[in-house]
Amino acid sequence: MSAPLLSVENLVLTFPAETGRIAVVDKLNLTIARGETLALVGESGCGKSLTALAIMRLLPKPGRVEASSRIEFDGRNLLELSVPQMRAVRGGAIGMIFQEPMTSLNPVTTVGDQVLEAVWLHEKMSRSAARERVVELLHMVGIPDPRARFSAYPHQLSGGLKQRVMIAMAMAMRPRLLIADEPTTALDATIRAQILALLRQLSFDTGTAVLLITHDFGVVNEIADRVAVMYAGMIVEEGTRRELLSHPRHPYAQGLLKSIPRPEARGNKLLEIKGVVPRPGRWPPGCRFAPRCPSAFDRCQAELPHRTTLSSSQGAWCHLVEYEVHT
Amino acid sequence: MGFLSNTLVVLLLVGGVWLARLVARDRYWRENATQLWRRRPLALITLALFLLIGVLDSVGWVGGGASGEDDVAALRSRTLIDRLFQPERFTEASYSAPLARLSFYGGQPLKHPGKHLLGTDILGRDVVYRAFKGVRVALLIGGFTSLIVIPIALLFGVFAGYFGKRIDDAVFFLMTVLASVPSLLLLIALVMVMGRGTLQVCIALGITGWVHFCRIARGETLKLREAEFVDAARALGVSDLTIIRRHVLPNIAHLIIITFALSFTGLVLAETILSYLGIGLDGSWGQMIDQARNELSRTPIIWWNLAGASVALFVLILAVNMIADALRDIIDPRTRREGR
Repeated sequence: MSAPLLSVENLVLTFPAETGRIAVVDKLNLTIARGETLALVGESGCGKSLTALAIMRLLPKPGRVEASSRIEFDGRNLLELSVPQMRAVRGGAIGMIFQEPMTSLNPVTTVGDQVLEAVWLHEKMSRSAARERVVELLHMVGIPDPRARFSAYPHQLSGGLKQRVMIAMAMAMRPRLLIADEPTTALDATIRAQILALLRQLSFDTGTAVLLITHDFGVVNEIADRVAVMYAGMIVEEGTRRELLSHPRHPYAQGLLKSIPRPEARGNKLLEIKGVVPRPGRWPPGCRFAPRCPSAFDRCQAELPHRTTLSSSQGAWCHLVEYEVHT
Repeated sequence: MGFLSNTLVVLLLVGGVWLARLVARDRYWRENATQLWRRRPLALITLALFLLIGVLDSVGWVGGGASGEDDVAALRSRTLIDRLFQPERFTEASYSAPLARLSFYGGQPLKHPGKHLLGTDILGRDVVYRAFKGVRVALLIGGFTSLIVIPIALLFGVFAGYFGKRIDDAVFFLMTVLASVPSLLLLIALVMVMGRGTLQVCIALGITGWVHFCRIARGETLKLREAEFVDAARALGVSDLTIIRRHVLPNIAHLIIITFALSFTGLVLAETILSYLGIGLDGSWGQMIDQARNELSRTPIIWWNLAGASVALFVLILAVNMIADALRDIIDPRTRREGR
């Protein structure tokens, strides 16, 4: 297997608090192969969005990426790049789309000019050529009548169209990695399916790898090749989509799946995971899920679990799984 | 008319022509200009008239005065407005009411009966002429000071808001210091130090006036800095200066325009207060109003001096405010009506 496109090693993100710096993402490891779609799944506040921002080196201010971390993209450690080099990576090799298409576009500039900016930023070309490229991009992301939409203002477009414009901007330079931070959360269900289909198709056509951040297993099912489940700043289970959706091993991943309403389970009570995600800094000393885990035992309270390899692609960080596998 | 204020006028005119060319070339601005004309034709015509008077009053040369005048008067340059009105001949002995045929005190027949539209002042000068002479001063005070204030305030405000930290601290310190000195006292002190020319008063008004807009620009930038589209631009690899130019400034453009109008009108009014304190500019409406103070206590009341200056002031300010209001609505696409 060739070297992965992106490999995040030992990523530690800290924020200051009264009692010193508190880790919000703790020793996270992540790899994405070329052309692959990885879904990073977790509840709000587990650190998945911060991980994405850290990859772009856009972590909001008091936050810091600790020195032990490595973010290797295409053979280069992004954390060691100079600011201009990093600017060339952003939008060039890595594109990003955000959760809120409503506010992610500048309200006083036409959408065409905004995509134009993205095109011009990394490639010098004449205005008419750039314009053609923009129309092509708008067409590519499925915007009807792209020539007329070029001079539309964001408030004249629907949420789904705006998100398509955002995708066009992110895809302007044919990035090798597209980070999508909850791209469909603010959209309704039918539009969500369209946008996901678009992302999947773009990824297929251009060979762009996608890091999809979501809290929704429905989204995972539609688009992901591989899945990593995050809990309280760590990954608790990873594997292919089939493995994770059909036989998850970590109690948290199992709980998440059971909490999705299914048509065949009609009439039964919907299961939930008791309690809430502990805040950073209040993490228990042992397994972070232990206080909420239905099958936690003594060892879970005391020490952090290691990765238990379940198959060539699946692994879980759980004492119970380790126990089951070794006996 | 000093050399400096002549230069100012030329600068303002060149700037105006440049702006007009820019507007004419770009489709977006041309559409906006058409919109503006459609919405506020009267205000635009009024402003154009004021500008015309101001320009006419700025073009002048020596010579061609009335025969039999003394040497000093003959060497003074006369503007087109002066030549139009011929103030040396078009005077009475003292007060006369608007369109009167007899003088106000004594009832003597006037030299130009029924010709003084707004009467004459204590020295017999025509009030319409004096009000016209005030236009140029008002436009200079309002326009030029705004042109000093807005770039400075924008620069400081936007940079402080966007970059924060040290720059913000420095700018905020400067603003706090300036804001803690009573602005009227500072104004008087500055005029005393620099002298009483047009440029000096403009600079003095500029120094005391930029704080307010700077605060607005800083606050708005702070808000915009956190906006998602700025994050999105950063994620695209846009540099900070480009973000300021492409994303911050266009989003406060409506503020710039409304502030320009407000500061323009505020400055014209501020000059009246300076005149009241005796440090205003010669020939301004402020001085006319100041002189009219005593006339109001006479019986029968002499109101036309005050009325002439006040109406001119009022009409100019109303026109500018209305234009700015319409322009803000037009420029801001969030308030723009669909289907233009």
